[in-house]
Amino acid sequence: MYAFSYHNPKTVRQAATLLSKNAEGKVLAGGQTLLPTMKQRLASPSALIDLGHAEGLSGIEQKGRNIVIGAMTRHVDVATSAIVKNAIPGLAALAEGIGDAAVRNRGTIGGSIANNDPAADYPSAALALGATIVTNKRKIAADDFFQGMFATALEEGEIIVKVSFPIPSKAAYEKFPNPASRYALVGVFVAKKGSDVRVAVTGAGSNGVFRSKECEAALAGRFNAKSLEGVKVSASGLNADMHATSEYRAHLIPVMAKRAVTKALGK
Amino acid sequence: MSAKTGVGAPVLRKEDFRFITGKGQYTDDINRQDQAYAYFLRSPHAHATIKKLDISAAKSAPGVLGVLTGDDLAADKIGGLICGWMIHNKDGSPMKAGAHPALAQGKVRYVGDHVAVVIADTYAQAKDAAEKIIVDYQVLPAVVDMNKAKGSVAIHDVAPDNMVYDWHLGDKAATDAAFAKAKHVTKIDVVNNRLIPNAMEPRAAIGDFDSGTGVYTLYTTSQNPHVARLVLSAFVGIAPEHKLRVIAPDVGGGFGSKIFIYAEETVCVWASKKVGRPVKWTADRTEAFLSDAHGRDHITHAELALDDKGKILGFRVHTKANLGAYLSTFSSCVPTYLYAPLLSGQYDIPAIYAEVEGIYTTTAPVDAYRGAGRPEATFLVERIIEKAARETGTDPALFRRKNFIKSFPHQTPVIMAYDTGNYTASLDLALEMADYKNFGKRKKDSAKNGKLRGIGFSAYIEACGIAPSAAVGSLGAGVGLWESAEIRVNPVGTVEVLTGSHSHGQGHETTFAQLVADRLGIDIESVSVVHGDTDKVQFGMGTYGSRSGAVGMSAIVKAVDKVIAKGKKVAAYALEAAEKDIEFKDGRFNVAGTDKSLAFGEVALQAYIAHKFNGQDLEPGLKEGAFYDPTNFTFPSGVHICEVEIDPETGVTDIVKWTAVDDFGNIINPMIVEGQVHGGIAQGVGQALLEGAHYNADGQLVTASYMDYTMPRADDLPSFDIGITTTPCTTNPLGIKGCGEAGAIAAPPAVINAITDAVGHEDVPMPATPLAVWHACQKGARKLAAE
Repeated sequence: MYAFSYHNPKTVRQAATLLSKNAEGKVLAGGQTLLPTMKQRLASPSALIDLGHAEGLSGIEQKGRNIVIGAMTRHVDVATSAIVKNAIPGLAALAEGIGDAAVRNRGTIGGSIANNDPAADYPSAALALGATIVTNKRKIAADDFFQGMFATALEEGEIIVKVSFPIPSKAAYEKFPNPASRYALVGVFVAKKGSDVRVAVTGAGSNGVFRSKECEAALAGRFNAKSLEGVKVSASGLNADMHATSEYRAHLIPVMAKRAVTKALGK
Repeated sequence: MSAKTGVGAPVLRKEDFRFITGKGQYTDDINRQDQAYAYFLRSPHAHATIKKLDISAAKSAPGVLGVLTGDDLAADKIGGLICGWMIHNKDGSPMKAGAHPALAQGKVRYVGDHVAVVIADTYAQAKDAAEKIIVDYQVLPAVVDMNKAKGSVAIHDVAPDNMVYDWHLGDKAATDAAFAKAKHVTKIDVVNNRLIPNAMEPRAAIGDFDSGTGVYTLYTTSQNPHVARLVLSAFVGIAPEHKLRVIAPDVGGGFGSKIFIYAEETVCVWASKKVGRPVKWTADRTEAFLSDAHGRDHITHAELALDDKGKILGFRVHTKANLGAYLSTFSSCVPTYLYAPLLSGQYDIPAIYAEVEGIYTTTAPVDAYRGAGRPEATFLVERIIEKAARETGTDPALFRRKNFIKSFPHQTPVIMAYDTGNYTASLDLALEMADYKNFGKRKKDSAKNGKLRGIGFSAYIEACGIAPSAAVGSLGAGVGLWESAEIRVNPVGTVEVLTGSHSHGQGHETTFAQLVADRLGIDIESVSVVHGDTDKVQFGMGTYGSRSGAVGMSAIVKAVDKVIAKGKKVAAYALEAAEKDIEFKDGRFNVAGTDKSLAFGEVALQAYIAHKFNGQDLEPGLKEGAFYDPTNFTFPSGVHICEVEIDPETGVTDIVKWTAVDDFGNIINPMIVEGQVHGGIAQGVGQALLEGAHYNADGQLVTASYMDYTMPRADDLPSFDIGITTTPCTTNPLGIKGCGEAGAIAAPPAVINAITDAVGHEDVPMPATPLAVWHACQKGARKLAAE
């Protein structure tokens, strides 16, 4: 790790000011990606602006037909929240499956979404549920937010404040983990709200999280695992590495989607 | 002697209190006054010539005490690291061993090779300064694929075709004759995947030179501190033995990887004199992945000749063994004398011929890793046996039973003479525990749920209790493989056991104390075990090859017998009786036929006060030492049965049942033995399903972290059903065979035999990852459709 200056602003406004003053500075949320990268000397921010002491960034509440989660809310708190478990059990289950207990105790939803790791779990939930990402400047629809591997719509000086998830009628997440890291090799989040069915896939796309048109089309008629029988997903544009070929990932997408649908239907 | 702590009792481990409460003293826990820190600049290239190495800016960086390179080693006449086992080629010529300097001298040969060391006040300063070293590399082609090594650029000038040796064992003519009369020949190609050891504690070293006495002290994560001292003195030339003390304190796992003498500890101890300060280095996990000696890595083609009744006539093996970029300490013997002599397995095979090519590649050195050669042999034997059974339409259990060795002693055609065993007994018990007869029903039930079920056998053998010195000497070893022990009895009867064995997870502090307390009839709490310090223990060969029970404890028993003999003399004086009338029983020296008696502690006191001795006839004191050199290897064996259920949709393999029946000879502590079996199976399942070191074509280690290298986790494993059969070893006084490596040896073929049974064909590689098994399922489905 290289030397850096450390700041712990008390408000998001102060954090934004500090960020604008430190061109090479980075916002620190849970630090589960940033700190290991710094320890390996792969990242060397001049300043860390720690959101851990900023007011109003944590917490979970139901506002009408939405579940609103503060950006600094830890995975463990989403996983164990009675509100989330009741309204969107698939989202609580997703949080429970992130990393290990140590990661879940530190990692945050805002950090995960802002980082947009192509194998992270939360982006699939945000995209499938049609979440709104609320920053210190504006509201961004998930459809517009994720812009490729580690790339988002966030502008300089923009900080995620909370994420708002519309409550679906049915939703579930199914992850096929990388055997070593247990990140998603293929993670599929399915959500049904009225007649709208969305299937978001993480871990598989070389451009990050995406919606599977093939699976969505198959489920548009009947939201049932059987609807996905025989669905073929193209391997083009999917990741290939020593753990999985793009063909294997393509094969796993409808398989995981089927299992997610079954889970969403409570079977 | 309480039955609760005697030999055969599941005594809780004495050492665990300090480990579990964080009181262990590992090398990194030790800090010397004014200690400085070393950081090794490592090669980013698999293969390159160093055209220029500019250390000037690093030398003047803040906190830096020294920047040392291979030139400094040469100027100080510090020798290279050695390989301690000479292998000869088929034509009788010696193997080709390239020089192995602790810091590069003009060339780097794998990613992670040591280019220079920076020593500074803090580790961060050393690391910062290393970034200022300018290296001008001329990059050479990487040599990663063993099959292409021969035509590639030479890694060492002495081995222009990258061949270290071309070795063989067995009778070629007899084997050819066996194949000539064969009715059926089963052929197989197997790859034994490369593994990275991953001990929980990474390697570490502190070199500490005392200018007042001229003595160097090296604290290091070693399985055999005396061998480290011998090599660093006699070959590397750090200091003569009496001026070099090596301490291996608590060591957190080794699995073989801490047997070897590495560059880092060599440099730390040498540099401590150069910079005039103690020098500490602790590997980070990436360094462990890159530079700990790796294990396995064989490519083999083999053929098995059968007669018309399914009896084995002959076995023919050709293996390419990857030895990495340099020959590590014992690397040369692993794919030769620790491998081919085990190719007879548990079977009566009249003729065997094995050829092994040892090959240099631009990868980390490969050396012994839990099992060392024996897992590779067992994997090959048990895979080809399974395939032969399938090809001949014979039940795999029956095929094995038919070919088992049934009378002992048994001389195999590949050196080994098995003293004892009962392979049929292990198989019978395993079949019953595994409920083999109902497997067909379970397979049908799985099929109803869309799952593929398979069952796989592994009837393994290993050669442990390494090893008779004369035998290994005749085969090329540079050392003898006896063990030493000393029993020091204190004046009031407590005992210190000094052993040349070294515990790094095995629980010697418990089992050795159990044995000594049992023999002397004293409380186990009155016995402590001392190991791991060349100033305390005179000499020893260390712990590996499941040798500390069979060899180390045999030495202890020998020394205990001498203590008892001396005790009888002392008791005779003290009790004013004839020595021949003294009997030792249950911790007391009795005069036969009388009620005159002294407890062990009373005799100890008499030995030290010496008031009743005639000093000319009997020396005061009670302390005896012994060296024990085994007369044969020991041959633990057993049968493991693995049952898997595969999800063909994802390729995920679930191990649903594991039966392990082992014959370890006599057992001192069944709880510790069971723990060794559990850990061994976990490592074996790791090899079979999860672990695989992967270098890309440029020689970069892709699996250099836990993000890509899959270690077994608790939820990858089932609960194990463990059974024991016992045929005591006939060649050591305790009848012990050894248990430390059995699980790792037995497990891989059991898993792969189960998976190949489930998918219906033999083409399943290790590690059988979900991706690999998914491919295998698709191929199996195609095969079924074609039939």
